[in-house]
Amino acid sequence: MQVTLHQDKCVASGQCVLAAQDVFDQRDQDGVAVLLDERPPAELHDDVRQAAAVCPALAIALADA
Amino acid sequence: MVVGASVAGLTAAVTLRTLGYDGRLTLIGDEPHTPYNRPPLSKQILAGTWEPDRIKLRTDEELSDLDARLLFGKSATGLDTAARRVVLEGGDSVSYDALVIATGVTPNSLPGAHHLAGVHLLRTLDDALALRADLRHKPDVKVAVVGAGFLGSEAAAAARRMRLDVTMIDPRPVPMRRQFGDRIAGLVGRLHTKNGVSMRCGTGVRRFFESGGRVTGLELTDGTLLDADVVVVAIGAAPAVGWLAGSGLELRNGIECDPTCRAAPGVYAAGDVASWHNDHFGCRMRLEHRLNATEQAQAVARNVLGAGQPFAPVPYFWTDQYDAHIQAYGIFPAEAELAVLHGELEGGHFVVAYGHRGRVVGVLGWNSPCELRKLRQLVVDRAPWTSIVPTQPAVWPGRHLSASLR
Ligand SMILES: Cc1cc2nc3c(=O)[nH]c(=O)nc-3n(C[C@H](O)[C@H](O)[C@H](O)COP(=O)(O)OP(=O)(O)OC[C@H]3O[C@@H](n4cnc5c(N)ncnc54)[C@H](O)[C@@H]3O)c2cc1C
Ligand code: SF4
Repeated sequence: MQVTLHQDKCVASGQCVLAAQDVFDQRDQDGVAVLLDERPPAELHDDVRQAAAVCPALAIALADA
Repeated sequence: MVVGASVAGLTAAVTLRTLGYDGRLTLIGDEPHTPYNRPPLSKQILAGTWEPDRIKLRTDEELSDLDARLLFGKSATGLDTAARRVVLEGGDSVSYDALVIATGVTPNSLPGAHHLAGVHLLRTLDDALALRADLRHKPDVKVAVVGAGFLGSEAAAAARRMRLDVTMIDPRPVPMRRQFGDRIAGLVGRLHTKNGVSMRCGTGVRRFFESGGRVTGLELTDGTLLDADVVVVAIGAAPAVGWLAGSGLELRNGIECDPTCRAAPGVYAAGDVASWHNDHFGCRMRLEHRLNATEQAQAVARNVLGAGQPFAPVPYFWTDQYDAHIQAYGIFPAEAELAVLHGELEGGHFVVAYGHRGRVVGVLGWNSPCELRKLRQLVVDRAPWTSIVPTQPAVWPGRHLSASLR
């Protein structure tokens, strides 16, 4: 799985961190999401899919890799 | 079958497929566009920094991967729950085994205004593009925003960013009072004033003036006369349930559902249109929040497939106005107590907790996204109010509290 994060769309909601805290974090100053792992291990894929599904800004894109 | 093809409807359809449902799927929506995301309409789309292509919820390819019958630009006009059929405009009807209703809300309008050019609602992409064109139609446009809730406040902020002359009118004494209570609402009011909006709180609109079918101004209930080239009407919205009259579904404030979001055998509702009992807070609610539309549609899809689980989320919403990014978790009863957990109310960065009946029921952050996320757990836990505002210092010292939230 290949994760792409579009920071210009992010609204700092933190939902991705709640869903998959090993893959996403938020910048301290403005809360914009940062990607910790572009290719997360298989056991985190469900969490990452949920993060992408709930992101209210459509800022997380997933592709097979 | 899913009726309503925006975020809740589409999410229900997508989730059904993700969970392995491979039977027939029909998605019906009355807008001509493919599904799009609404929050940017009053922000980036209105301000002109984004074009409509950026807000599509799915690409055309992803939509065809859904392997669903997509009926866009078609409205549902009736429901027969006994025969399990939905009637479409034109008279055709489609049968279903399970139905998800996700028709959202329709904005309230002001009597005697909407036939005039220059008067706008703000719910759909077409609304936002029409309003944007009107805000740019000549220099020095004067804008009147009627209603100082989320939408009105965001529209006012977008118009100020375009350096237009903006007046905001609301019959309540401060903006967003219903959402946030007086203290925080007062800060929102000051934010608008600081950014150059002329605030007219505590008054309503008495009548509109026109010339050649176009609005030119309005008279307020306190007698004030205002020039206006553009009027944005943002006075709330009502659940889009007109097509369900006579269906036998309980329709009060939205479609009344049980805790699993079921309205009748085989019928579920999700998103802005759904009213359900949230067991976490022990009360019925209907939310008009973006995240809820997704989460509720996911829960409904699971329940359609037999999970039978109550949907009991901690609600979340955000709003952007000028440089303020306001986010909140939970509920915000008017009579709640407030406690500042981080920053200072006057400092431009803070988190406050809302206490109701001895429990933390909400946390609201103003330019403090990371701190807010960490404090969300208080609402999840329905933490005792005394743990935040200790009546007896020994109960739960503040140091322990902050440490436990890391
Ligand atoms: C301008 C704007 C800005 C917003 N900003 C924020 C924000 O910053 N933060 C936040 O948390 N929330 C925000 N929201 C709220 C959020 O967008 C909504 O909660 C969300 O869109 C609800 O999704 P929904 O699918 O339930 O309903 P909707 O998005 O309203 O979708 C319902 C769909 O059903 C269609 N429909 C209705 N009746 C019928 C019928 N009879 N037959 C067929 N189709 C029908 C409608 O045309 C519509 O396309 C905003 C909303 C607006 C309008
Ligand atoms: S869920 Fe989306 S909007 Fe929220 S912080 Fe993550 S990327 Fe940003």
